[in-house]
Amino acid sequence: MGFFNKIKQGLKKTSQLLNTDVRDLFKAEGRLIDEDFLEELTAILIKTDMGVAPAKAIVDEVGTKFRARVMQMEDVLATIKAKLKELMAQPEEPIRFAAQGPTVIMVAGVNGAGKTTSIAKLAHLFKSQGKQVVLGAGDTFRAAAVEQLTIWAERLGADMVKGDQGSDPASVAHRAVARAIETGAEVCIVDTAGRLQTQQNLMQQLTKIHRVIGKQIPEAPHEVLLVLDATTGQNGISQAKHFTDAVNCSGIVLAKLDGTAKGGVVVAIRQQVGLPVKYVGVGEKPEDLTLFVPDEFVDALFADLIAPAAA
Amino acid sequence: MFESLQEGLSGALKTLRGKGKLSEANMREGLGLVQTALLEADVSYPVVKDFVGKVTEKALGEKVLSSLDPSQQVVGIVHQELVDLMGPVDHSLHLKPSTTVLMLCGLQGSGKTTTCGKLGRLLKERERKPLLVAADLQRPAAIEQLHVIGEQLGIDVFSEPGAKDPVAVCQAAVKHAKKIGCDVVVLDTAGRLHIDEELMEQLRQIDRKVEPEQVYLVVDGMTGQDAVNSAKAFNEALELDGVILTKLDGDARGGAVLSVKHVTGVPIKFIGTGEHLDALQEFHPERMAQRILGMGDILTLVEQAQQKFDQDEMAKQEERLRKGEFTLDDYRNMLGQTKKLGPINKIMSMLPGMGNMQEMLDGVDAEGGMKRMGGIIDSMTPEERRLPSKIDQSRRRRIATGAGVEPHEVNELVKQFEPMAAIMKQMAGKGMRDRFKMMQDLQKGLSNPNAKLQKAKVGTGKRLSSAERAKLRKQREKEARRRKRDARRGG
Ligand SMILES: Nc1nc2c(ncn2[C@@H]2O[C@H](COP(=O)(O)OP(=O)(O)OP(=O)(O)O)[C@@H](O)[C@H]2O)c(=O)[nH]1
Ligand SMILES: Nc1nc2c(ncn2[C@@H]2O[C@H](COP(=O)(O)OP(=O)(O)O)[C@@H](O)[C@H]2O)c(=O)[nH]1
Ligand SMILES: [Mg+2]
Ligand SMILES: [Mg+2]
Repeated sequence: MGFFNKIKQGLKKTSQLLNTDVRDLFKAEGRLIDEDFLEELTAILIKTDMGVAPAKAIVDEVGTKFRARVMQMEDVLATIKAKLKELMAQPEEPIRFAAQGPTVIMVAGVNGAGKTTSIAKLAHLFKSQGKQVVLGAGDTFRAAAVEQLTIWAERLGADMVKGDQGSDPASVAHRAVARAIETGAEVCIVDTAGRLQTQQNLMQQLTKIHRVIGKQIPEAPHEVLLVLDATTGQNGISQAKHFTDAVNCSGIVLAKLDGTAKGGVVVAIRQQVGLPVKYVGVGEKPEDLTLFVPDEFVDALFADLIAPAAA
Repeated sequence: MFESLQEGLSGALKTLRGKGKLSEANMREGLGLVQTALLEADVSYPVVKDFVGKVTEKALGEKVLSSLDPSQQVVGIVHQELVDLMGPVDHSLHLKPSTTVLMLCGLQGSGKTTTCGKLGRLLKERERKPLLVAADLQRPAAIEQLHVIGEQLGIDVFSEPGAKDPVAVCQAAVKHAKKIGCDVVVLDTAGRLHIDEELMEQLRQIDRKVEPEQVYLVVDGMTGQDAVNSAKAFNEALELDGVILTKLDGDARGGAVLSVKHVTGVPIKFIGTGEHLDALQEFHPERMAQRILGMGDILTLVEQAQQKFDQDEMAKQEERLRKGEFTLDDYRNMLGQTKKLGPINKIMSMLPGMGNMQEMLDGVDAEGGMKRMGGIIDSMTPEERRLPSKIDQSRRRRIATGAGVEPHEVNELVKQFEPMAAIMKQMAGKGMRDRFKMMQDLQKGLSNPNAKLQKAKVGTGKRLSSAERAKLRKQREKEARRRKRDARRGG
C-alpha cells in the first residue's frame, strides 16, 4: 500500500478528512483564474510548508497559463502537479546495499524528530527481507535513549551494541560495525543523539562518528539518513544544509506524516540542498514506514483538493 | 533577514519620505515584504494575512514622519504589533498553597518530558516540593526517561510500571503526592497527534478526572504552518492555560508561536533553550518579535554576555578604550572572551543585523578562524602587538610560521584590525544601543565584497540563479567528497 493510501487511511480516524475551504476553490461550472484565485492557491501551497519561493513559482506558472480564463479543477491541478513534480524530480532511491559485507546506515537529525523510531521501522523492514540487523545505540546522551532502543531491539529481534551513558558515541558506532562484520549481519544501523544543527561541537561529534565508521569499511556509512519531522517549517532547510555539511547525508526520512502537516519543506530542501526523500514515517508502529514516491507525495500534498473526487 | 527586510522596505518606501501619509497603495510593496518575512519565519498563512491587515490599518493615515525613514516607521509598527499579539505576559504558574496539578501535553517529540524536568527544577528552586508523573505509557522507555531526569534533579517521580491506563496513573499520583507531602504535581503525558480522536479523548479524561489547575501545550519551536491545526485541536479538547515553546536554542525563527497564540489566545509562559534541565526561560514578547523579524535576540545575548564575560576584564577593557587604547592585545583578550559565549553562529544569530553575516559564515569554520587569529596574535612580539604597522615582510613570515598559517593571513588580520580598532575606540562610554548601531555599521563594512571574508559574495541574502545554485551544489559535493576521502585516509 502506498503511503498516500496509508495517510488517507490514517485520516479516516478523523472528521477532518475534507478541508472544505479547498474544495470551494472550484465550482462545478469551473472558476475564473483571477487574482483572488491565485491568492487562494498561494494559501494552499504555503500551508504545505514548501516555502514562499516554490509556492510563487507554481502560482506564477498557473497565472501565466490560465489567467482570465474559466478553468476546471482537473486542468489547473494537472499543471500544479506537473510543476511540483518538476521541482521535486528525484530518483526513487531506496537503500543502496553494499556489494559485500554489512551495509552501514547512520541516522541523524534534530531532537525529537523521530530517529530512534525510524530506526526501529527500518530494522523491521530489513528483518522482513530476511536480513540480520545490528543496531548501534549511539545516543549516549539523552536520558533512557539506550533503553528506548533496547526495547525496540528486543521487540524486533535485532542485535544491539551499546555503551555507558555519556560514553563516546563514536566508539559505540565502531563496536556496532565491528559486531556486524563479525556476525555476518547484512545491515548495521547507528542511532545518534538528537542535536540542533547550530551546535558546532555536537556537529563535529557527528562528523567523528562518520569518520570512525569510514575507517572500518571504506565505503561506509553507505547511507546517512536525515530524519526530518514533517511538522517542521522552514528551519528544515537549515537542518538539511548543516547535517549534509557535517556528515554528507544521502537522503531524508520524513517522519510523522500521519498528522495534518504536509512536510512540504522537502520541496525547498530538494531545491536548495538536493537531498532526496527516501522513506516516510506514518505512525509509531514498526510497520508504519513506506518508500517515498514523489508522485504520490505530490498527490498527498493536495489530498484536500482531490479527496472529494476520491472519496 | 531583518537587514534585508529593512533594506527591502527602504527601497519600497523610499519615495515616501516627507510625503504626507502612508496609504494602502504606497505601502503595498513594503507590506508584501513584511508578509514574506513572516511566512519565512513560519507564521501560518491565515495569521500572516490577518496580521498584515492589522498593520495596514494601524499604518494607514499615519503621517510619514519626516525624521524617520518610512521603512523604519513601518518596521516599528510591525514590531509593536507583533509584541502586542504575543503579549500580555503571564509567567505565573498559578500555584495554590495546597497541592497544585500542572499537566503537559503536545505532539510527539515536542519536548514534554524534558520540560517536565525543567519545571520540576524551577519549582524546587522556588522552594516547592514537586512530584513528576510518568503518564506516558506509550513511548518505549518514557517512564525510565523521566526517572533518570528526576534522579538528576533529586526530585520524586511517580510511575506505575506495567500500568495501562494513564488516567488511573495520574489519579494515583495526586493521591501519592498528598501522602508524601509534595505540593506540585507535574503530569508528563504521552505525545499524540491532534487528529487521533482516541488519544485526545484520553487527555480529556485526565482533564476531567484529575482537574489540573494548569494545562500547558508544549510546542516545538521549529514547527511550520501546521501549528495552527494542532494548537487549535489541543485547545478545543483541553482549554489550555499556557504554552511552552521549545528548542529555541537553534536558528529557528519560531514564528509558530504567533500562530499558536492566535488560535489559543493563552499566554506563552516559557521557552526552552537547550537540552539541559536549566535551559528554561520566561517568555518575552519583545525578544521573540525581534527573533521572528530576524533582528536577533539582543537582550538574551546581553544577559548571556553578562553572565559569561569576565566582569573585571570587561571593566579593564572599558577603561582602556576610554583612554583611546585598543591594541592587538586587547583584541586577543576579546577573542578569548567571545569564545566563552559559545559557538559563533549562535552568537551571530542573536545579534541584530548579523543575519547576513551568519549566512556568510555558513560553512566557514568561525571557531577555527578565531583560533587562527588568536594564534597569529600570540606569535607576535609585544611590540608588534602594540604597533602592528611595524610588521614587515620578514616579520610577517616569522609570525606566520609561528602560528602555522600563511603570511597573507597575518596581513589580513592586521588590515581587519585597523577599522575595528577605530570603532572600538568610539564605542567606549557609549550605551548599548549606540554600540549595536556601530556594530551594524561595522558589519556593513565587512559585508562589502572587497572585505576579505571567505564566501562573502555568496551570502548576500539574495536569491541565487539556478546556475549559481548548481555551481554551489557542485562545490558542496566536491567538498563532501574531499571530506569523505580525508576521512578514509583517517585525516
Ligand atoms: N505519529 C508519529 N509519531 C512518530 C513518528 N515517528 C516517531 N514518532 C514519535 O515521535 C516521538 C519521538 O521519536 P523518537 O524516535 O524518540 O525521536 P528521536 O529523534 O530519536 O528523539 P531524540 O533521540 O529524543 O532526539 C516518539 O513519541 C515517537 O513515537 C511517526 O512517523 N508518526
Ligand atoms: N535543543 C533542545 N532540545 C530539546 C529541548 N527540549 C527538549 N529537547 C530534546 O528534544 C527531544 C525530545 O524531547 P522529549 O522531552 O523526550 O519530548 P517528548 O516526546 O515530547 O516527551 C529530546 O532529545 C530532548 O533532549 C530544547 O529546548 N532544546
Ligand atoms: Mg532517539
Ligand atoms: Mg516524553
